[in-house]
Amino acid sequence: MDNLLAARSQMAISLGFHILFAIAGMAMPVLMALAQWRFLATKDEAWHDLAHRWAKGTAILFAVGAVSGTVLSFELGLLWPEFMRHAGPLIGLPFSLEGVAFFFEAIFLGLFLYGEGKISNAAHLACGVGVALSGTASAVFVTAVNAWMNEPVGFTLEGGQLVDIDPWAAFRSPAFPTQALHVVLGAYAAVAFVAMGIHAAALRRTPDIDGRAGRMHRHAFGLALGMALVTTPLQIASGDRSAKHVAANQPIKLAAAEGLFVTQSAAPIAIGGWPDAETRTMNGAIEVPYVLSVLATGDPNGTVLGLDAAPRDQWPPLGPVHIAFDIMVGCGTAMLAFVAFAGWIWWRRRAPWTSRPLLLGAMLASPLGVIAIEAGWTVTEVGRQPWVVRGVLRTADAVTPMPHVELTLVGFTALFALLGVVVVVLLRNLVRSSLPKGRR
Amino acid sequence: MIAEVTAALALRWVIGLALVAYVLTGGADFGAGVWDLLARGRRAAKERALIAHAIAPIWEANHIWLILVVVLAFTGFPVAFAVVATALHIPIALALVGIVLRGAAFTFRAYGLQSSDLRDRWGRVFAWSSLVTPICLGLVVGGMSSGHIVAEAGVVRSGFVAGWTSSFAMSVGAFTLLCMVTLAAVYLTVDAAGDGELQEAFRRRAIACEFALGVCAAIVAWRASVEAPALFDPLVSGPAAIAVHGAAFVAATTTLVLLATRRFAIARVTAAAQVAAVVIGWGLAMDDDLVHGAVSMRDAGTVGTVVEPVLWVLAGASLLLGPALVWLMRVFKHGRSDAD
Repeated sequence: MDNLLAARSQMAISLGFHILFAIAGMAMPVLMALAQWRFLATKDEAWHDLAHRWAKGTAILFAVGAVSGTVLSFELGLLWPEFMRHAGPLIGLPFSLEGVAFFFEAIFLGLFLYGEGKISNAAHLACGVGVALSGTASAVFVTAVNAWMNEPVGFTLEGGQLVDIDPWAAFRSPAFPTQALHVVLGAYAAVAFVAMGIHAAALRRTPDIDGRAGRMHRHAFGLALGMALVTTPLQIASGDRSAKHVAANQPIKLAAAEGLFVTQSAAPIAIGGWPDAETRTMNGAIEVPYVLSVLATGDPNGTVLGLDAAPRDQWPPLGPVHIAFDIMVGCGTAMLAFVAFAGWIWWRRRAPWTSRPLLLGAMLASPLGVIAIEAGWTVTEVGRQPWVVRGVLRTADAVTPMPHVELTLVGFTALFALLGVVVVVLLRNLVRSSLPKGRR
Repeated sequence: MIAEVTAALALRWVIGLALVAYVLTGGADFGAGVWDLLARGRRAAKERALIAHAIAPIWEANHIWLILVVVLAFTGFPVAFAVVATALHIPIALALVGIVLRGAAFTFRAYGLQSSDLRDRWGRVFAWSSLVTPICLGLVVGGMSSGHIVAEAGVVRSGFVAGWTSSFAMSVGAFTLLCMVTLAAVYLTVDAAGDGELQEAFRRRAIACEFALGVCAAIVAWRASVEAPALFDPLVSGPAAIAVHGAAFVAATTTLVLLATRRFAIARVTAAAQVAAVVIGWGLAMDDDLVHGAVSMRDAGTVGTVVEPVLWVLAGASLLLGPALVWLMRVFKHGRSDAD
């Protein structure tokens, strides 16, 4: 394995692993604080149990997120020293802000987890809200860095050096608003689906579960479903906005995502299939005319740039980007269909958790948001290749001279795999411990 | 607009102080993990419980200091960061493995969702990684100070094992570990208030550690004089460095007296001052260099227009962060709050 591929793989695995915990760190505190608020408002102990359990889950996920995030902040230098040498000052301000937000998140989480009874109820709840706000803020700041890599602004390129640097450049990247919105809503929707699926599974296994434990799972299911109902349609709308933005500003990424080789009007959307870069053909895809033009420009006859707009050596790997894009869009569509169904059931009967088909649907839909996030991340990262900073610095020129990166790749992959398995086991045990004995 | 040089110097001090904060808080958490590893005999379970109780609410906030150090380093001194990340890739990667295992294992053990057998195993992982990580971090510091790393125009020419494999760097690794272990022992005397036996145990350990630290400091100085003269000379000749090291010595002596007379709350402060003085003394001995002999302040790639707003952001944030941190520590570390 060559060093560049090893470094890219290690970065991809680290990011792909960390992002799962990052989204949990954004959205779980919202659920946790809402449950705690319902407890204080209603004095229903079941809400308190739920807040406790979600806080426990958040603590485990946050800890793994914090340490995997530390790995990433070092890996920027370990794997991409040339990127950091040139871009460090440009991404420094958003990263500094992210560090500050992360600090607040850790402080408030410590107080929320261990402070109940030591500080007032109102202060305790405010800490929960603080975790949620700072978690989301740190994600927004980090997304600014990625947006800048996708659409770099705020400097002059002079003999290979970036000069006249605007420290706020990352926030002025045109990609920032759309991308940040898409990341935040995606995190909320994905985590809501996972939480909903987990509690749906508990309710399906013990439909007759009663008392506090039963109320807790029903509260949990209702709250998570509520969050999914709000965020999923918004996320689809933000995805539409993103598509139009990428079409206008990063046309090669969209062309790769759709395997569109030739610039054309009335462009079709390609579902499935495999783009062949050699023959410049899309094989085996279902093509629906006009749809891509509508998505990209809002006009069925709008012109969409194809891969022919860029030299061959500036194309990203086409197959992975296209498949990832299809997976993301497919998952998003399925999520929208699910929330429409769930909303209808909820409207029809006041207690959606009594509908066994809905509970089954929630279990099946549970991973969709997470899959969509991983796929979406693949689209934006792989779709930017061969650039690390689009149009400015190639990934191959940024990589470390350190030989045998495959060794650290194997090491960190094994480490993350171990942590992933343990976290799944712990969360499973956390859910099971809430069910009556003999039904776990 | 403040001058570029002033901005860079101010940022260097901010990074230095963040590093001090990390060593005093996050470092002590690693040290506590080492005491978990060393817990033996009939008191072991009680000691482990005390350690877990002491660090559980705060270790994640303490850990963020390190992230701040890294982020500010690449923001302000990108060339130095690239050189360090390249030349010291191996010890940094090892430290990262330790950081990941320490944090994850501590959390996995804390939440009690597995059999006590498995939880004990996570306890072992937590303890061992608490031992290994500070050594690796010390190797990184030793490597940066050794003068063995060679860079031309910010490109590393000395390979991937220069500096951190020297016996000087290893002595710094041991010294770093010992600093953290000492801090933890002193802090734990305060946390153990209410349990005379535990308090006494950590008092004896803290005193022993202070003496060991003195011996280790002498070894570091000796290895520096042999292998890293460029660091050693300012370490013993610069007036500021001498003053700071003198302060460290006075603080160490005071700590010993306070421990001997069982005034633990003040001993905690003087021990912290002692280690802070050591870190600052190291920074002063580095003189104008960030990576000794390889990257100086002038060629670290600092962009003044970036550093200035970053400093303002940090100044603004610290108005809120400071009270929040104080609040966190007051809730969990204030006096005898553990008696409840």
